[in-house]
Amino acid sequence: MKNLRFRTVWLRNARVWRKNIMATLVGNLGQPLLFLLAMGYGLGRTIEPIEGLTYLQFLAPGLVASSVMYSAAFETTYGSYTRLSVQKTYEGMLMTPLGITDIALGEIFWGATKGLLSGIIMLAALPLFGVWPSAWTVVLLPILFLSGMFFAASGLIMTSLAANYEFFNYFVSLILTPFFLFSGIFFPLSTIPENVRTVFEFLPLTPVVSLSRMFCYGRFQEPLLLKLIGTILVTVLICYWAAILLKRRLIQ
Amino acid sequence: MQVNTNVVRVEGLTKFFGSRCAVDKISFAIQQGECVGFLGPNGAGKTTSINMLLGLVQKSGGTMHILDMEVPDEQRSAKHFIGVVPQADSLDPDLSVEENLFTYASYFNIPVRKARKKSEELLEFFALANRRDEIIDHLSGGQRRRLLLARALINEPKLLILDEPTVGLDPQARYLIWERLEILKEQGTTMMLTSHYMEEVERLSDRLLILDHGHIVAQGKPQDLITEFVGIDVFEVEGSKTELDALENSFKECKAKTERVSDKLFAYTLEDCSRLETLLYSSRHWIRRKANLEDLFIKLTGRSLRES
Repeated sequence: MKNLRFRTVWLRNARVWRKNIMATLVGNLGQPLLFLLAMGYGLGRTIEPIEGLTYLQFLAPGLVASSVMYSAAFETTYGSYTRLSVQKTYEGMLMTPLGITDIALGEIFWGATKGLLSGIIMLAALPLFGVWPSAWTVVLLPILFLSGMFFAASGLIMTSLAANYEFFNYFVSLILTPFFLFSGIFFPLSTIPENVRTVFEFLPLTPVVSLSRMFCYGRFQEPLLLKLIGTILVTVLICYWAAILLKRRLIQ
Repeated sequence: MQVNTNVVRVEGLTKFFGSRCAVDKISFAIQQGECVGFLGPNGAGKTTSINMLLGLVQKSGGTMHILDMEVPDEQRSAKHFIGVVPQADSLDPDLSVEENLFTYASYFNIPVRKARKKSEELLEFFALANRRDEIIDHLSGGQRRRLLLARALINEPKLLILDEPTVGLDPQARYLIWERLEILKEQGTTMMLTSHYMEEVERLSDRLLILDHGHIVAQGKPQDLITEFVGIDVFEVEGSKTELDALENSFKECKAKTERVSDKLFAYTLEDCSRLETLLYSSRHWIRRKANLEDLFIKLTGRSLRES
């Protein structure tokens, strides 16, 4: 119990979220669902099947992964920064037995939870487009949560460095948007020339997109385990880094 | 219950921000049941010292103990016994009045049932029971401050830290808070108070620590300090330069300390100088009053403006 103190931070956010449930759901899901509609349903009609999947099928799992990324990252940037600066929520928390690590972990788990929720709702909406995820998708959920932790921690790092909300423009335009576009959601990376592909393969969303596609359709390709272990390691590291930077921000 | 137990013990506490020394080797102790007032101009080091006790600012040197727990090493355990009313309002605007208390209680791992009972008591005590479901933005300044106090008491702290608890409030709201703090004091709550309101400090503090430029410049009981550093009575006289020059000499003969500020003469008497009053009847304006904390404050920290 003692080491799970961060759960109280998570519960505080959950309590607030329950009050504004509709706004946050619509906000987080609108974009990926519209992309699915425009690209998959619209553009996809004129595109040949990729790797044996229709374009809509090819696109859908990646968009699920991207909705996790956006929800988690937005929560720990705009959301966490508001708590940090405007509302002084962390300051209040630091006057209790909660420490910086509890706050950082609470926020990261909360961001990941929101990410996972977006992912689940996206997955649940896929049959509306005629895409039926396989039973393997259940195994995908913890992977999506892990990816949510990665992007929530990245967001928290940005929050620790931010002087104002404008700062997040860099994060969104220079980091999240390229991840969204070049992680193999919209086109197969296998057709890209080797040297460029290597760069794309190392984007942190790329393994999650390919894992999503594998589990969604139960069609596995190597190196599955490598991608999984890599994602876990990188996530642990970035969470640790987020806690260090948050400490530097809050303790003089 | 042990008497004369130190709730707070600080020795040689120092803080540098870069090359600027904000707190310079201060030492003090706060005993159980005592209310110690920290007075000082802006930038004197009051809030920095409090923040070091809370682990929000890292110390540069010295040792701190709270209830015999060394901080920051045992910060987490120590914080279980501390309640804080911070200078800047940190109430959670996303939550209602009651939820603010419940949520804060959860940070202390207080069981839900106990938290509800305690919240109920505190809302009652701070006259907030009829606002329990209100959102924070709808509260008045006084209500917010009372809720901050209620929140600080949710863990039944052994040390209550009050950093300017009534800053920015109207007199009515302030009086209500003072009354409640006096009740807590009677119940034996140990308090550490900073304030710019002399009346507040005078009313609540058993003992004063006056800080300036990171040093403790004086400490003791308020009345003792006033008598020691200022005097008994203060005469404030307005007049022409020659009139005031003559008066100043007369007051000096009566062992009074004098001070000239623009066209005013201040005389602080150390013994009864009533006989000099006859000399004052011709002055443009004069008053005689008891020496107070404000005099002490100005005396020890000077008249120049502190803007940091």
